[in-house]
Amino acid sequence: MTLTGSKPATEGLLPLSDVQREIVRTAREFAANELAPHVAERDRKGEFSREPIDALGRLGFLGMLIPEEWGGNGLDTVTYLLALEEIARVDPALAVSMSVHNSLPTQLILAHGSKDLKERYLRPMAEGRMLGAFALSEAHAGSDPAALSCSAVRRGDAWVLNGAKAWVTNGGTADVVLAMARTGGSGSRGVSAFVVEPAWEGYAVGKEEKKMGLRSSNTTEIVFRDLEVPVANLLGEEGKGLAYALGALEHGRLGIAAQALGIASACLDLAVSWARDRQAFGQPIADFQGIRFLLVDLAAQIEAARALTYAAAAKKDRGEHARKEVAMAKLLASRAAMDAGVKAIQVYGGYGYMKDYPVERYFRDAKVTEIYEGTSEIQRLVIASELLDG
Amino acid sequence: MKIVVCIKQVPERDARLRIASDGKSVDTAGVATEINESDQYALEAGLRVAEKVGGEVVALLLGPDAAEEAIRRALAMGAARAIHLNDAGFQGGDASSAAKALAAAVRQESPDLVLTGLQSDDAGWSQTGVILAQLLGWPSATLIMEIEQPEDGRIKVKRELEAGWFQWITLPLPAVLTIQSGIYPVRYATLKGIMGAKKKEMKKMGPADVGVDGGQVGAAGRKVELKRLYVPEKTAEAEILEGDAATAAASLVDRLQKEAKVL
Ligand SMILES: Cc1cc2nc3c(=O)[nH]c(=O)nc-3n(C[C@H](O)[C@H](O)[C@H](O)COP(=O)(O)OP(=O)(O)OC[C@H]3O[C@@H](n4cnc5c(N)ncnc54)[C@H](O)[C@@H]3O)c2cc1C
Repeated sequence: MTLTGSKPATEGLLPLSDVQREIVRTAREFAANELAPHVAERDRKGEFSREPIDALGRLGFLGMLIPEEWGGNGLDTVTYLLALEEIARVDPALAVSMSVHNSLPTQLILAHGSKDLKERYLRPMAEGRMLGAFALSEAHAGSDPAALSCSAVRRGDAWVLNGAKAWVTNGGTADVVLAMARTGGSGSRGVSAFVVEPAWEGYAVGKEEKKMGLRSSNTTEIVFRDLEVPVANLLGEEGKGLAYALGALEHGRLGIAAQALGIASACLDLAVSWARDRQAFGQPIADFQGIRFLLVDLAAQIEAARALTYAAAAKKDRGEHARKEVAMAKLLASRAAMDAGVKAIQVYGGYGYMKDYPVERYFRDAKVTEIYEGTSEIQRLVIASELLDG
Repeated sequence: MKIVVCIKQVPERDARLRIASDGKSVDTAGVATEINESDQYALEAGLRVAEKVGGEVVALLLGPDAAEEAIRRALAMGAARAIHLNDAGFQGGDASSAAKALAAAVRQESPDLVLTGLQSDDAGWSQTGVILAQLLGWPSATLIMEIEQPEDGRIKVKRELEAGWFQWITLPLPAVLTIQSGIYPVRYATLKGIMGAKKKEMKKMGPADVGVDGGQVGAAGRKVELKRLYVPEKTAEAEILEGDAATAAASLVDRLQKEAKVL
């Protein structure tokens, strides 16, 4: 069973422009031809491959949000999410690489980087020649990044970094890492952002994580041991790192919402076609009301999360304050992905529990969307502060 | 070198098709479309030749307004410009009336090479390319699997024959080639290509613009009339072949040869 359904998932809900429809088509064709044939095997082996992300780069998908001036395509967030959702529908593990690169390090350098940093890093990243990673979390500081302890001390023309970063997506393969380290006192104001090259002495890739899902995504620890970062590679102003990072997390959260929608709609499509084909008691299980209502509720839930996600993205594109809507979108889309995984397995019955069928993989991939880029509890904290304390 | 590639818009491969109420056509409402598969390969082949020897690829499409999507795709993939034969007078034709319209447009362009797909995935006549060559009076070759770089006004191509055989032939230019699916991997439209396509020329032309008599093209010019379109009926008949494996196998081969005529 394939997922080459003929229309973009968003078609009908959003009025797509010609350019958006064409971009979706490229993403969808690429996913169907280049990703779908290998995705199950890469998951089984837990094997990361650089080729698919490089191929996305050659097509332009790693510079979607970057202006043409810096080698990108100058597209809006809505268009970016449309493409990301298509990739995630087939390969959620690749989608998180794409999301991190486009949402975090590139956005941060674009927003706060000097001309020199943009020339050296942003342009090659936008053109797909360098892959980015974002290193904020530490073993003891996830939801509360202000507690991070990785240190940066000024010595002559360099900042010397020491410490370890946890769960860095693209950590073992990135060419550029946006790393947060403490340059001042405790708390959020003491953190600065650095543009780091993994090739430098003192940078080491630590443990590669073995994960429940997204198994073909590369998630590693990274370790800094007297890593000397030239002062020119301090991003923006000293002490503003965490504020910058939290600002970029809005794009990140929308990216994860789109990834979750991709997972959810893949599960729905698979469950619908399974329900039509699978017979029980002499009829397709799709004819039983119990199955029909299950699928109906799921379809409605996904469409609602999708509508909110694209509305939040459009609000951001208009330059309006969208912190609350973005957090809501991530909260609901990740929930939809989890529910879709559970329900798709239910509709598949025993087959759904088997590794031979794709739904258990989507189910394993779905869970992390409720965890990274802010857990669901953190999204609720964000929404609560906007709703109640504003 | 100027290369014209003829492309057609057809329903997507896995589209669910319904027969329209006239009983003679497919209801295209809400059906997703794509560039006909072998035309995509023709476009890829054309782009490769143009990239090697220099020159431009002009996409030529006959079809309604909705076919603009296929044209945009061709431009996004790398065609320099496009001609859209789009007029009520072009509609409702067959392979020969389509070829007449295409021939008129090709004459105006006077290219060095014309590429078409081997066949369209909807009507599947496999005729348009060869009729076009005949109307132009140009040499043509079908089922092309490889194209060598053109030299001294000639082009060497590899044709697919039956049973795994191939044939290399050389044609003088200008020529018409019908391209087999699979010739080269078809490129994806890049994001830059997609965005750049907006700025490329897409010329809409009717019969008068290409200098063809309205009676020759579209429904007026067709030689074949489609009477009825229908979905083959499904029957629920099954036959169990009796006997041991050898007997059953012999009986199966016999039936495949004589009844099903597939061997
Ligand atoms: C596959 C994967 C990839 C990742 N990629 C990256 C990356 O590229 N870069 C990066 O920097 N990080 C990355 N992370 C880390 C991720 O962002 C963190 O795991 C996440 O922020 C949660 O932090 P934590 O794991 O420390 O959980 P904790 O913060 O320890 O949370 C544990 C639980 O407590 C809850 N909790 C915490 N605080 C509160 C509160 N105030 N109120 C209510 N509940 C609360 C949480 O919601 C959660 O349920 C990745 C993680 C994974 C799993």
